[in-house]
Amino acid sequence: MKHAEPLLSVRALSHHFGNPRYAVRDAQLDLFPGEVVAIVGESGSGKSTLLNCIAGRIAPTHGEVLYRAADERVLDVHRLSERERRLLERTEWGFVQQNASDGLRMNVSAGANIGERLMGQGERHFGRLRASAADWMTRVELDAERIDDSPRAFSGGMRQRLQIARNLVTRPRLVLMDEPTSGLDVSVQAKLLDLIRLLVARMHLSALIVTHDLGVARLLAHRTLVMREGRIVEQGLTDRVLDDPQHAYTQLLVSSVVAP
Amino acid sequence: MIDGYNFAYLDERTKRMIRRAILKAVAIPGHQVPFGSREMPLAYGWGTGGIQVTAAVLGQHDVLKVIDQGSDDTTNAVNIRQFFARTTGVATTERTREATLIQTRHRIPEAPLTEGQVLVYQVPQPEPLYKLEPRRSETLKLHACEEYGLVNVKLYEDLAHWGRVDTTYDYPVQVNGRYVMSPSPIPSFDNPKMHLMPALQLFGAGREKRIYAVPPYTDVKSLDFEDHPFHVEPQGHACALCGCTTSYLDEVLQGEGERLWTCSDTDWCREQREAA
Repeated sequence: MKHAEPLLSVRALSHHFGNPRYAVRDAQLDLFPGEVVAIVGESGSGKSTLLNCIAGRIAPTHGEVLYRAADERVLDVHRLSERERRLLERTEWGFVQQNASDGLRMNVSAGANIGERLMGQGERHFGRLRASAADWMTRVELDAERIDDSPRAFSGGMRQRLQIARNLVTRPRLVLMDEPTSGLDVSVQAKLLDLIRLLVARMHLSALIVTHDLGVARLLAHRTLVMREGRIVEQGLTDRVLDDPQHAYTQLLVSSVVAP
Repeated sequence: MIDGYNFAYLDERTKRMIRRAILKAVAIPGHQVPFGSREMPLAYGWGTGGIQVTAAVLGQHDVLKVIDQGSDDTTNAVNIRQFFARTTGVATTERTREATLIQTRHRIPEAPLTEGQVLVYQVPQPEPLYKLEPRRSETLKLHACEEYGLVNVKLYEDLAHWGRVDTTYDYPVQVNGRYVMSPSPIPSFDNPKMHLMPALQLFGAGREKRIYAVPPYTDVKSLDFEDHPFHVEPQGHACALCGCTTSYLDEVLQGEGERLWTCSDTDWCREQREAA
């Protein structure tokens, strides 16, 4: 079997915001095609900063982010021109925000939210746009009847589903998720996790999920990285990390989960 | 011509600065060029951008026509025409075919324009993406990266809610296959006239400090969907004064709830009546 090349590699990435304290220090990770990796850690551990650096939204102080594009070119995300990076962002990547209202256009209908990326790629056929919007609403278990409703009329869980549909409609290869399920109540969370797991598996997506919830990592991720104070302190298969934590901090994290 | 003012009110350096912006705008059709908008003896919203552009390009031998909603005799048009008559002494006219420079608010004259003419538009909001993306820094990037999916989002919304595109004025266009541009609040009826127009079209937004242009014979395409192509909604009336059925009509309310439909372009209406 041919050894698979990583889809995304982060090499010695460090970032600090103005002050000398590093938010992320020497982050090193590989994401292989079809793989789901979770980054866990407490608030302030640098998870979101790392994700934003990977997504090209923050230019890291040191290090590089390499992405293998669909045409097999290896791109250094932070050396691309802004035009190329934005193109990548709206074609091969998806980004699911913690607050759905940040990732959605709240003053246009659900259908337009799903259709925007398609229109951005040059789709100019209203009928087809409408059909794929309705199709995607169904796939994320939203009522296709509500295609013309504003996302403001949607509940938190529904907005999050809509955001996922909006990102997946162009069939990205890599999806970055920042706390996709926090702020939702437990039953809605469970349904959403189920949905994400299903979509990721069906579409053979690679995903990087930032979460503080070990349950999310357990359910979705093949591999898990544990971050603390900007450093990746432990990484490995999710079940190994959660069942047999090696690093003292991971042990603490695992033991602090409240089980009902 | 009154004493104490430079020709066309603005000083020569300002005019030069505006001309530079205009040259750049002509070189990049549809691209908004920032310029140092001056305070004019006119309130914002009344055509401060338009008169600065006119002042910068107006020459001694030009014949100026100013229209507001197609009419030569509304306050805005009369004021601006008198302003230039007094500060330059150039000839003014109400006849489209005799003018070399036409400043307009919200209309394109019905009579076809020629290569010898310049059309200056007064623009309130030069940014076609403004209503969808209020951040200037972001719209700049969208233009630079040619990310125009967003404009179609607005058209999509219209179609989804009303079954037709509900934008009847300031209908966004793509210029020369590149920049999406606001045609200023002209009725979408006028949009096809911009396409391959022999006259130079200049746009000035005073408050927003932007100038943009469409050079002669440039492609101007109204944005649409393949299955809902751009079209002009027929008004279904004839002008009550001249009988013209092809011009853009104004609906004028009369006493007793009666309505009168007349050509919005008063000079065109006159021509039609004289020809009949």
